[in-house]
Amino acid sequence: MRTNSMIMEVKDFYFTYAGASAPSLKNINLPIEKNKITALIGPSGCGKSTLLRSMNRIHDLYPGNKYEGEIKLYDHREEIENILNIKKENDFIRLRQAVGMIFQKPTPFPMSIYENVAYGLKLAGIKDKSEIEGRVEKALQDAAIWGETKDRLKESAMGLSGGQQQRLCIARAVALKPDVLLFDEPTSALDPISTGAIEELIAELKNDVSVVIVTHNMQQASRLSNYTAFMYLGDLIEYGETDKIFLNPSVKLTEDYITGRFG
Amino acid sequence: MNRLLLNKAILMLSTLSAVIGLGFLLWILITLSYKGIMNLHWSTFTNDLVEGGIRNLLVGQFTMALMASMIAVPIGMLAGIYLREYSNNGKLAAVMRNLSDVMMSAPSIVIGVFVFALLVDPFGGYNGWAGIVALAIMMIPIIISTTDNMLSLVPQELREAGMALGGSKHKIILQVVVKAAKVGITTGILLSFARIIGETAPLLFTSANNQFFTMDLTEQFPSLTVSIYNLATYPDEASRELAWAASFVLTAVVLLINLMGRYITRSKK
Repeated sequence: MRTNSMIMEVKDFYFTYAGASAPSLKNINLPIEKNKITALIGPSGCGKSTLLRSMNRIHDLYPGNKYEGEIKLYDHREEIENILNIKKENDFIRLRQAVGMIFQKPTPFPMSIYENVAYGLKLAGIKDKSEIEGRVEKALQDAAIWGETKDRLKESAMGLSGGQQQRLCIARAVALKPDVLLFDEPTSALDPISTGAIEELIAELKNDVSVVIVTHNMQQASRLSNYTAFMYLGDLIEYGETDKIFLNPSVKLTEDYITGRFG
Repeated sequence: MNRLLLNKAILMLSTLSAVIGLGFLLWILITLSYKGIMNLHWSTFTNDLVEGGIRNLLVGQFTMALMASMIAVPIGMLAGIYLREYSNNGKLAAVMRNLSDVMMSAPSIVIGVFVFALLVDPFGGYNGWAGIVALAIMMIPIIISTTDNMLSLVPQELREAGMALGGSKHKIILQVVVKAAKVGITTGILLSFARIIGETAPLLFTSANNQFFTMDLTEQFPSLTVSIYNLATYPDEASRELAWAASFVLTAVVLLINLMGRYITRSKK
C-alpha cells in the first residue's frame, strides 16, 4: 500500500507538549493518500488534533514542544521533505502554503470578504492585481460561496453567517493551491444545513487536494472519508479503508468505539 | 419578617448612596455649566489669556496633549504588543505589567517632579517639551494596559489561522491581530487622551504657563488647566469668571472625547 500514491507520510512519530513528561503521541505511522480523504477519529484526548496540528507544524506557535520521528511531504516537485526538520521561517511559510488548515471555529480575518482571500495570496508574495483578482474569484467559486458573495466582496467578512464564514476560510486556503488541506472538526460549530454544505464541498475538493479531517462525528467520517485512522490515548490503533474500519474492524477497541460502547 | 426588613433597609441605603453620589456629580455639572456659560463670550475663544481669553491656552493644551500622544501611542502600543504577543507571559512580562500598573497609579505630581529634574532644571527653565514628556509618561502605561488587554481578547484561533495561511508572526500580529483589536485600542487611546488633556499637576512646573500665544516648545507653554488653577486663585472677579468659562470648556472637551470613545465602541461592534 505504501507506494508513491502518498502525499504525506507520518513515520515513527512522537509528540510531546511543552512541560509534559510523557509524549501525547506515540509511535504513529500513517500514510496520507493523494487526492483521498483521510479521517482521524477517536475519543477526546486521543491525540487526533495534536497529530493534525503537527502536519503543518502549527504547534510551533507555542514554544517548547518536542517532535520526534518523521513527517514527510511528497510535494508537487516530488521532493521528499521531512517537515520536522524545518527551522527557517521561509520554509515554514512554504510548508503552510502547501499544507493548509481549516479550524473548528470559523476564523475570518477582520477584513472584507475579498481581502480575506487575497490576504493569503499577498502573503505568498503575489503582487499582480489581476492575478489576485482571478484567483480570489476562482477560490470563492471552488468553495461554493461565489454566488452569495460576488455582490458584496467589499463588505466585512464578519457579517457572514457561520457556515459562510467557514466556506470563506476554505476558499482562503484553496486559493493558495495547497497539496493538502487539514480540517480540524470543521463542522462542529455549525448547524446541520451548513454542515451538509461543507461536507459536500470537502468531497468535491479531493479532486484537487488531499484531505485530512479530524471529526468527532462518526457518521461524518463514514460518509466522507476514503481512509480512517482510529486513535486512542496517543496511539494509532487501526488504520484502513473506511468501509473496512466501520464494517469489519480488526481490533476490538475500534469496534467498541465505532459501535458506541465508549468514547 | 426580619429578612424582609433587612432587605428594605439595604435597598434604601444603597438608593440613598446612589442619589448622594450622583447628586454631587449633577451639582458640579450644573454649577459648572451655569457659571461657565454665563461667562462664555465669543471673545473668550478669540483672545489670548493676556487679553482675557483662552485661545492660546486651548491651542497650547491640545498641542501638548497631541504631541504627548505621538510619543506615547507608538511606545505604549509596541510595549503592549510585546507583552501579549512576544513575551510568552514569562517573568519579565509579569514584572513589566506590574511596573506599568504602578506607573498608572503614580501620583501625577510625582511625574511632574521627575520631569522637572530631568528636563527643566538642566535646561534652565520651564519649557513645552517637558510638559509633553510628562504627559506622555502618564499616557504610556494606560496605552500599554489597553493594548495588552484588547489583544488578549483576540481569539487564539485567529493567530493560528494567520500562521496556517503562511504568514510570518510579525505580519499576522500587525495585519490581523492588531486589526481585530483596533476598536478597543482606539477607544483606549481616546480615553487616555481625555485623561491627560485634563491634567494639571504634571504641567505645573514643567511647561508652566504662558499668557501669550506661542508655538515655541522651548519656552513656557500656554496651558488651559494650569491657567484655571492660576485664575481661580486670583482675587479679581474677571479672573474667576474666566476660570469658570475655561473649566466649562475643558469639561465639555473631555466629555466629548469620552462620548466619541463610546460611540466608536458601539458602532464598530
